Amino acid sequence: MADIIDMPKLSDTMSVGTLVKWLKKEGDAVKSGDMLAEVETDKATMELESFFTGTLIKIFAPAGAQVAIGAALCAIGKPGEAVEAPAAPAAKTPDAPAASAPANESPAPAPAPVTVAPAPVAPAAPATVAAPVTAAVVADPGPAGGPRVKISPLAKKIATDQKIDPSRLTGSGPHGRIVKADVLAAAANPALLAPAASQISNGKSQIGALGAKGPIQPDRLVPASNMRAIIAKRLLEAKTQIPHFYLEIEVDAEPLLAVRSQLNAAFEKEGVKLSVNDFILKASADALRRVPGVNASWTGTGIQYHGAAHVSFAVAIEDGLITPVIRDTHTKSVFAISAEAKPLGKRAKEKKLKPEEFTGGTFCVSNLGMMGIERFSAIINPPNAAILAVGTTVTKPVVKNGGIVVGQTMVLTLSCDHRVVDGALGAQFLAALKDLLEKPALLLV
Amino acid sequence: MPLITYREALRHAMAEELERDPNVVIMGEEVAQFNGAYKVTEGLLAKFGPKRIVDTPISEAGFLGMGIGSAMLGMRPVMELMFFSFYSVAFDQIFNNAANIRYMSGGLINCPIVIRGPANGGTNVGATHSHTPESIAAYHPGIKVVVPSTAYDAKGLLKSAIRDNDPVMFMENTMLYGETGEVPDEEYLVPLGSAKVMREGKDISIIGHGRAIQMALKSAEMLKHKHNIDAEVVDLRSIRPLDEETILASVRKTNRVLLVEEAKPFCSVSAMLACIIQEKAFDYLDAPIRRVTSVDAPAIYSPPLEKEQLPTPQKIFDAALAVLK
Repeated sequence: MADIIDMPKLSDTMSVGTLVKWLKKEGDAVKSGDMLAEVETDKATMELESFFTGTLIKIFAPAGAQVAIGAALCAIGKPGEAVEAPAAPAAKTPDAPAASAPANESPAPAPAPVTVAPAPVAPAAPATVAAPVTAAVVADPGPAGGPRVKISPLAKKIATDQKIDPSRLTGSGPHGRIVKADVLAAAANPALLAPAASQISNGKSQIGALGAKGPIQPDRLVPASNMRAIIAKRLLEAKTQIPHFYLEIEVDAEPLLAVRSQLNAAFEKEGVKLSVNDFILKASADALRRVPGVNASWTGTGIQYHGAAHVSFAVAIEDGLITPVIRDTHTKSVFAISAEAKPLGKRAKEKKLKPEEFTGGTFCVSNLGMMGIERFSAIINPPNAAILAVGTTVTKPVVKNGGIVVGQTMVLTLSCDHRVVDGALGAQFLAALKDLLEKPALLLV
Repeated sequence: MPLITYREALRHAMAEELERDPNVVIMGEEVAQFNGAYKVTEGLLAKFGPKRIVDTPISEAGFLGMGIGSAMLGMRPVMELMFFSFYSVAFDQIFNNAANIRYMSGGLINCPIVIRGPANGGTNVGATHSHTPESIAAYHPGIKVVVPSTAYDAKGLLKSAIRDNDPVMFMENTMLYGETGEVPDEEYLVPLGSAKVMREGKDISIIGHGRAIQMALKSAEMLKHKHNIDAEVVDLRSIRPLDEETILASVRKTNRVLLVEEAKPFCSVSAMLACIIQEKAFDYLDAPIRRVTSVDAPAIYSPPLEKEQLPTPQKIFDAALAVLK
């Protein structure tokens, strides 16, 4: 009897995983512990491990497919063993006529239903555990993984000579093959070029370059990635369901900047390079110790107070953002926080974070200071009760000791969930934070 | 220029070489008294006498062996096969002895023999008489293979073949014997190993040899009239040595290739060409190479079916459009 491997739940918010790539193929021998496939969840790309030893006898979900949690991915058994594709988990597919196959059609169970239309991702709400999911397997709506470009040798050579990315060309030859004429046409009229994948994400399309007259970009519909769908869903929930209010405080950043440069200079040889954000993470944890009421979550029927401060920080990544968590921030030095935050940020950008590295935060910091933003209001990342928005350090006239001098200030904005944090509590927290940041020696004890 | 037949062009070539070089002799079944089974050698016995024009028994292994031996000793025999298909009776003599003697003798012994005759289908003579063994012959280092498609080339190539110091398999076509072409009165040679652009074009290269080239020229006209496509037609003329430069120049110019030949597809000359082209002009190809060959089966005896087995101008036309799609 073959063992069926299902799509596991790889993150709290995941309901569907994209089977990015099979690392084994049908017929391959598989040992327990071998990696079978790469699966993209709403937050990260992870390897799927086999807990069985045998032969990979059947793959049910092709590369590129979106597969619901619990739907069959593959079967491992003895070579040649017949395997029946299990029925999809209670599938409700109003938009997918293909899924409603008549029961009398064939005695052989069909593989999990495949819908051709890019069905919307429907992630389970964080609170509900086993929400039934829509279509089990969804065909990949777009060339997410960068499929092979069909191009004739000549067209490829011309494209290389003309520095045209073949993936941006449309092929008119058989089976969509790009031929010479397609490259020459695009070379003569760049409007025929599709936007490059990297340009879609960073918005720096050549088409919109200085002085260009054409459309700023082609009209197009980009199906939501897992991550984009989750961001859309969760932030809509947060902004519509959480009663936000905002508190703002200006912090004198001079002492902090001075301490930071002293420490960085003193420990340069050790490779220490503390960022302003590292201090803010540290200060946030310490402020949460002083005002623990902010380190809490609304549960619907009560307030869950958290004993540990797990401070997360928002990292912009391709096609979205993610919030890696510094676990037990309240126990860590600014040096430890810095040493942890750097690799987390790096791996976040590579989408290599494990679920436990971006889940379970109790408080969040979002910093747009490095982009020159002076102040902004962030949307709370549920189930946190507050989020801190950090602006840039501004050089400006300030009043000190009764005189006007050149100072450096920073604006902090706290978004609070009024169900948990009242105005006075939020104000106490910001005051504590300001106190810590303006006396940065306190952050080193 | 006078218009003469392909058959007459061959005869003129032999007559001129018989005249020029006393070592040239013609041997084969019915070449003398009967004036040739296909009348290619007509009148040569009367003009040159029985010492130069020699009838042989129906014994290919024997008389080709005799011809090869005489060539090793300095004669320049032109051996006629009534049907080229019978070459295989003398396979050992041709491909083991003639092909290898120069190499085996360390360059001391040449074998300047020409083995000629019709190698084609389409005449309802059955599977055993319809072989097109260009690729089999060309497979063997030491053997040269020539396939003329016009009267002009038939004469110029045969004269070069007779003067060549290596064994040359000279494959004619009974369907072309009666075709006329312009052939100059004055003497000329067509060198072995030089292909000919029969028709200039820019959109596709149709490359092949033998009678298929005559069909390709008709297809090229159809392509021009029906679709305004300019097909370039390249006649290999000589399979070995092969004029790669002319082939590759045409490919680089048009970027699309259709190969045509009357032979069967498996391990054929066109298969070799496809390999050479992809290897040496890969970056110039804008579409996969296609081929039009005979249907891969023994030559069919039924005349209507045999016609379908062989390439036709329509098949070449259709394949060219597919390459251009």
